[in-house]
Amino acid sequence: MSSSDPTAATVRSPRRALGWGFFLSELGVLFRRRRTQAMLGALAAVPILIAVAIRVTGGDGRGPAFLDRISQNGLFVGMTALVVSIPLFLPLTVGVVAGDSVAGEASTGTLRYLLVSPVGRIRLLVVKFASAVVFCLAATLTVSLAGILAGAVLFPIGPVTLLSGNTVDVGEALLRALLISVYVALGLVGLAAIGLFISTLTDAPVGAMAATVVVAILSQVLGQLSQTELLHPFLPSYHWLDFADLLRQPIDWSSFAGNAWLQLAYVAIFGTLSYARFATKDVLS
Amino acid sequence: MTAAPAAIQTSGLTKRFGRQTVVDGVDLDVPAGAVFGFLGPNGSGKTTTIRMLLGLANATAGEITVLGERMPGTLGTVLPDVGALIEGPGFYPFLSGAANLARLDAADGWAPRATRRTRVAEALDRVGLTQAGGKKVRAYSLGMKQRLGIANALLMPRQLIVLDEPTNGLDPQGTREVRGLIRSLASTGTTVFVSSHLLAEIEQMCTHIGVMRGGRLVAQGTIDELRAAGQATLHLTVAAPDARLAVRTLAPLGIVVTTAAAPEAQAAEVAPEAAGDTALAAPFPDGLPPEHVVAALVGAGVRVRGVAVDRPSLEDSFVALTGEGFDVVQ
Repeated sequence: MSSSDPTAATVRSPRRALGWGFFLSELGVLFRRRRTQAMLGALAAVPILIAVAIRVTGGDGRGPAFLDRISQNGLFVGMTALVVSIPLFLPLTVGVVAGDSVAGEASTGTLRYLLVSPVGRIRLLVVKFASAVVFCLAATLTVSLAGILAGAVLFPIGPVTLLSGNTVDVGEALLRALLISVYVALGLVGLAAIGLFISTLTDAPVGAMAATVVVAILSQVLGQLSQTELLHPFLPSYHWLDFADLLRQPIDWSSFAGNAWLQLAYVAIFGTLSYARFATKDVLS
Repeated sequence: MTAAPAAIQTSGLTKRFGRQTVVDGVDLDVPAGAVFGFLGPNGSGKTTTIRMLLGLANATAGEITVLGERMPGTLGTVLPDVGALIEGPGFYPFLSGAANLARLDAADGWAPRATRRTRVAEALDRVGLTQAGGKKVRAYSLGMKQRLGIANALLMPRQLIVLDEPTNGLDPQGTREVRGLIRSLASTGTTVFVSSHLLAEIEQMCTHIGVMRGGRLVAQGTIDELRAAGQATLHLTVAAPDARLAVRTLAPLGIVVTTAAAPEAQAAEVAPEAAGDTALAAPFPDGLPPEHVVAALVGAGVRVRGVAVDRPSLEDSFVALTGEGFDVVQ
C-alpha cells in the first residue's frame, strides 16, 4: 500500500495517443489466441494436402484451376489452394474474426472495461476493423506461403508461363503470388465490414460469426443464379475468383480496381451502419 | 484550496427499458474525497446508475456531472481519471492476469507506455496477485478475478474510483483487504464510490451513504445523518403496581406510551397489589436526556427497575428503507 502516489498530472501522457498502441495490443490478442492460430494452421493445411495428394497420385484428373500445372511447377500450389479456399475456408475464418470482434468483447465482459479505460467507441470500431483486415491478409498469405513452400519441397520450381503466354522468372512469379494474395484479401474486406456490423448487434459471438459466414455463402449462391443477374455486380463475392487478370503481361488492373471499389463501398456502408449502431448503444453486457 | 466540485452529481437521472423504469429520478450528490456507499438490494438500479455515470448506457432523462464535467459529452477527458469495477470483472480467459491489465492499459490513450510494466506490477501487488500475475485468467478463482478487476481500476492514479460490489466472491480475508485498500485510497484524497447490497460490508469505511430502492434514491447523506435519522425508543421496566403512575409521569415529558405494554398498565391499576414487573415502551423524543426521565419517575415515586434508550442500528434503518425479504422490487 503505497501512499506516495504521484499526482495524475505527473504520470499522464501529455497528449492522448492516437491508438497505435491499442491497435498493436489488439493484434497481439488476436494472433496470440489459440483459435486464430488454429485457423491459420488449418488454412496452411489446404495447400499442403493438395501438394501431397498430387505428389502421391500424379495429378491426373479433373480439379480446380491450375491443378494440372502443379506437377510441372510447384509455384502453382499456392494459387490452387487459394482457389479451393475462397468459397468457404477463407470466408469462414474471416467470419469468425469479424463476427467475434465486438460481440466477443461483450461476452467476455471486456467491452465495458475497454470503453471506460477509455477507448472511444469510434476508435474501438476502427481498430477492430483494421485488425480484421490484417487477419484477411494474414489468412491469404498463409495459404500462399504454405503453398509455395509445399510446392518447392515436393515439385520442381521454375519460370512460370502466364495466361498471356509470356514467361516470367521465379522472382517475378513470387511477386505475382503476393499480389494475388493481396487481391483475395482485399475481396474479403467487405465481408469483414459486414461481420463487424453484425457483431455490434449482439452479445453472442457465435451468432455473429455464423451470420457472417451465412452472408458469404448466400452471396455466392446468389452469384450462381442467373435469375439474380442484376444483383451480381453488387455481391461482395463478385470479384473473388477474378484474379486471373493478375497473371497477364502486362497486368490488367481492371478487376483489381473493380474489386477495390466494390469492397470500399461495402466498408463505407457497413462501417457507417456499425457506427450508427454502436456509437449510441447501451453497453449492458 | 478552493472547494472541489462534487465528484458525482446527477439530477433527475432516469433510465427506462421499454416500459420498465429501472432508475427513476435519482439525484446523487457525492462530495469530492468521500467514500460513498451506494446501497440497495439486487435489482434496485445500482449497476444501471453506474453504467450511466460511466457513459456505457444513455440516460433516458436527467443530467450527470462527473468530476465537474458534464457527461457523457466529456467522456474522453474525464474517464482517464476514473477507475472502475463494473458488475464483476471481465477479462480474456486466454491471457494472463498481467497481460490482461496491459491490454486494458493500452486501450487508455492517456496511459504512458513507458511505465506500463511498472504500473501493472504495482497494481497486481496492491491486490495481492503478484504471484498469480503470470497465470492465465482461465485458472483464476472468482475472488482472484475480482482482485484483478480492482487492480485494473488502480492502473493509473485516479480522482474517482467506482467499485460495483467489490467484495463479491471474496473470502472474509479478501473482504478485509478490500476495505483496507479503499481506506488507503480515501486517505490519498481519492473519491471512492462503492456499491453493495450488504450494509455491514461497507458501513465501517463509508463517510456517505445513498440508499436505492426500486430505482429510486430513498435516502442520501453522511453516515451520521442517516444513523441519527432513526426514531429512538425508551424501554422502561417498573414495578407492576406503578405502571399507571409511570404512564402519567411520562406524559408531560412528551413521552406517550403506545406499546402493547399499556393495557397491562390498565390491568395493573385494577390490581394494585399485583407483584412483578411491567415493561413499558415508548418513542423517545430527540434531545431529551434519559437521566431527566429517570429523575422524574423516581421523584414521582415510581419504582424503576430498568431503563434503556435504543437507537436503531444503521442496519435497521437500511432494512426499513429497502424493505425486507427476498422480493425484488419492480
